[in-house]
Amino acid sequence: MSEQSVLQSESAVQHRIEEIGRSSPSGPAGASKYLKHLDFSILQQCIHCGMCLPTCPTYDTTRLERNSPRGRIALMRSIAEDKLPVTPAFGEELYFCLGCLACETACPAGVNYATMFEEARADIEQAGVLAHPRRNVIRAFTLRFLFTQPLVLRAVGRLLWLYQASGLEGIVRSWNLPRLLPAWLRDLEPLTPRVQSKFSDELIRAKERPVKVRARVGMLTGCVQDLVYPHVNRDTVDVLLANGCEVITPRAQHCCGSLHAHNGELEVAREMARRNIVAMENAAGPLDSLDAIVTNAAGCGSHLKHYDRLLAEDPEFATRAVTWSRKLRDIHEWISQLGPVAPKANEPRTVTYHEACHLVHGQKISRQPRELLKLIPGLTFVELPESAWCCGSAGIYNITQPEMSKKLLDRKLEKIRGTGATVVASANPGCCVQLEAGMREAGREVEIVHPITLLARAYRQERQGG
Amino acid sequence: MRRVEVHLNRSLVVPMPNLVSDLQSLLDPQRVLHEREHLLTYGFDGTAAIGGEASCVVLPQTTEEVVSIVRYASEKGVPIVTRGSGTGLSGGSIPVPGGIVLCLVRMDRILELDARNLTLHAEAGAITQKIAEAADGAGLLYPPDPGSMKISTIGGNVAENSGGLRGLKYGITRDYVMGLEVVLADGQVVTLGNKCVKDVAGYSMKDVFIGSEGTLGIITKVLLQLVPKPAAKKALLATFARMSEAADTVSAIIAAKIIPCTLEFLDKVTIRCVEEYAKVGLPLDAEAILLMESDGHPAVVAEEAQKMEAIARECGAVTVAVAADAEESARLSTARRSAFSALARVSPTTILEDATVPRSELTKMINFIQEVGARHQLRIGTFGHMGDGNLHPTFLTDERNHAEMERVELAMKEIFDFAIKLGGTITGEHGVGLAKKKFLPGAIGDASLSLLKQLKKTMDPRGVLNPGKIFD
Repeated sequence: MSEQSVLQSESAVQHRIEEIGRSSPSGPAGASKYLKHLDFSILQQCIHCGMCLPTCPTYDTTRLERNSPRGRIALMRSIAEDKLPVTPAFGEELYFCLGCLACETACPAGVNYATMFEEARADIEQAGVLAHPRRNVIRAFTLRFLFTQPLVLRAVGRLLWLYQASGLEGIVRSWNLPRLLPAWLRDLEPLTPRVQSKFSDELIRAKERPVKVRARVGMLTGCVQDLVYPHVNRDTVDVLLANGCEVITPRAQHCCGSLHAHNGELEVAREMARRNIVAMENAAGPLDSLDAIVTNAAGCGSHLKHYDRLLAEDPEFATRAVTWSRKLRDIHEWISQLGPVAPKANEPRTVTYHEACHLVHGQKISRQPRELLKLIPGLTFVELPESAWCCGSAGIYNITQPEMSKKLLDRKLEKIRGTGATVVASANPGCCVQLEAGMREAGREVEIVHPITLLARAYRQERQGG
Repeated sequence: MRRVEVHLNRSLVVPMPNLVSDLQSLLDPQRVLHEREHLLTYGFDGTAAIGGEASCVVLPQTTEEVVSIVRYASEKGVPIVTRGSGTGLSGGSIPVPGGIVLCLVRMDRILELDARNLTLHAEAGAITQKIAEAADGAGLLYPPDPGSMKISTIGGNVAENSGGLRGLKYGITRDYVMGLEVVLADGQVVTLGNKCVKDVAGYSMKDVFIGSEGTLGIITKVLLQLVPKPAAKKALLATFARMSEAADTVSAIIAAKIIPCTLEFLDKVTIRCVEEYAKVGLPLDAEAILLMESDGHPAVVAEEAQKMEAIARECGAVTVAVAADAEESARLSTARRSAFSALARVSPTTILEDATVPRSELTKMINFIQEVGARHQLRIGTFGHMGDGNLHPTFLTDERNHAEMERVELAMKEIFDFAIKLGGTITGEHGVGLAKKKFLPGAIGDASLSLLKQLKKTMDPRGVLNPGKIFD
């Protein structure tokens, strides 16, 4: 593309994003059931000082107040105060938000945006202001069916693997069959991640013990992680074992429910939380008998840590959820807390680190992954400018808001290019899928990898005497 | 739920029936926002418990567009409230009912950095931080550093005459404005000032617009003065068992002919909140903490730091920590930087005030604030710029608690009255806007107020520019 046409297409994308940011469709409004009953002090905590504005990717792009955290909070507050019903424009706005939580990091007043965001989306769904036949079908199939049935999800994953591994996908692509798909689906096709042949349960035994036990932990395998990056789960167990942890991994685990909570299905999210607690108790005994419950997916961890809040009103689960949240650790956080065993094998590569939003903003974990990477001998660590700026993956945002997502991805790829790194470490499957797709499209040979995988490789190499 | 809604007792605010379509004919219709979901988000700035609702929001991209909007508004008598990022702390950019909100964030270009004349020329919507970064990139410094500089616009800084942490040594926004482009109430564009250090041709009209809070004209471009970047910096942190000792330290430092770039303090309530939130190891029994920072030539910085340490000890400091390097300097200033964050977390409503007194009267003022807080059963944390007498008594309250809010009002009035009695002012750097309108007559007196009003009438005879702000 010539420079001019690149500029033209960039301005067209910018124009389209601004259109989305401004979008105020007409349509029947609904009544609030969630925001109105939310503890008002949570909404009131926002002092609208504006410190969140420069850290918000949507505001940064459009510079419209509505597209900023404090603007969205003002709308939520208006709904809670009966100044505004739940309108389609409100719905569009809350789905334009990435939910990256960079605003929480920037907020001087400690606003709990995550809770407001989830309640707002739940309101939008119960009011049905964004209802559309296609959207309804997709939501029912994915959120209510696929991601609530671990066995079905894995069966679908298996089929997808068969399709990709058998060469059928290649044939379909070479015959340009995706052109037969509707445009919205066609654009998504390249984003399809590569499903792996073996899932976590085949790679990890229900109980694995190191020679000398320092701690006993429960391991969460996730769902996307389990299908697309099951080896990251294996690597996590290896790192845990190398650091003296006995690992208990419940079989056929459920989705943690973050997908549901972030997309307006709070009741389903609660059910997933209950199932996960029960599954861990069945596998490991009372939660108190564990030193930690470990997750390696940032998006999951950020949600899993709040089971206490999610189940606070559930008499049967409230106390167990409090224990759960108290025990829940991100893998970097846990290893760091434990005092990591330094690997001795060399990894002579230049690595940079992209911070998953739900690790740095959602869980305030920023130092530990870097420290673990720097522990690997021979590894050259380079800082990524804007490392805590969203890559545009944001759960299913790359599907629902492709323009904005692409803009953020391009920005991220540009920053990565500037570091000269050949490896990008990132601790969230969503980010990894997004960055891999971006690198593929750009034709760049950069490995996208979980920090724990690099650590596990170093330990493994050391064992093999490498 | 908001405590103060904007009401104007003037006939001017009858909503224009065709306002939106008229404006859409003047600029790209996409940049005229009128839907409720947009308007609600332009109803406030950074001020607690004050809000309003605009009739429409326009986002001009050029001075010409601003002119066309002003001409239209002036002809029809529609109020215009100009704003940037909306971080003001006195309600100056709260919309006026029936009026237009003119938001300048899209006029954000830095037009020129002239290293030979040490000037920077930018559009009014340029972000203060970007200006600071541009200056820094050229080895220069734009000294004013208001707390909101990461997102505040330079136009807003000039219109409010913002201060910052470096006021003592470097002064405030006014001291760095060399020129302005302003759209007057009748739509004429004037350029005031230039790159000359000396220029006495006519009245210094640019100064009239600095701190005018959008009531006299619309600032569209700003010409700023830059200074060479200091080569070194060093921070010290001292704790005191008595507030008077901290104040004595400040006086002694000034008397020793040292002008540090920052002299910031925290009081007991703030110290406790900071420690609770940031856990930086502050002594909870301390009455005051003083953060001192020197900048300039490395040798001078080292010498000044040494002297300040000795002075603090002589004045009775319990502990004095001196930063060994830049990293430690940053760590020491954490306490001061976390002050507002820590206070803002304590309660649902945080009201940040900025009563200011001559440096010599600081102890009296601080003691009075603590006494007022106790008497009205209020939590007030005070921190601020001890070097320049600019205090930030911060009320930790809840706007839904009406009884308490009434006590806040009473306490605030007492604090302002006392500040005036000590020869101080009701606002050091936030502006009058709506929040302090009722205190202004007492602060400046009738004759001054009438001069302000005459000026306003001359510059904006139809009263379309941010009416009802500063005074009625």
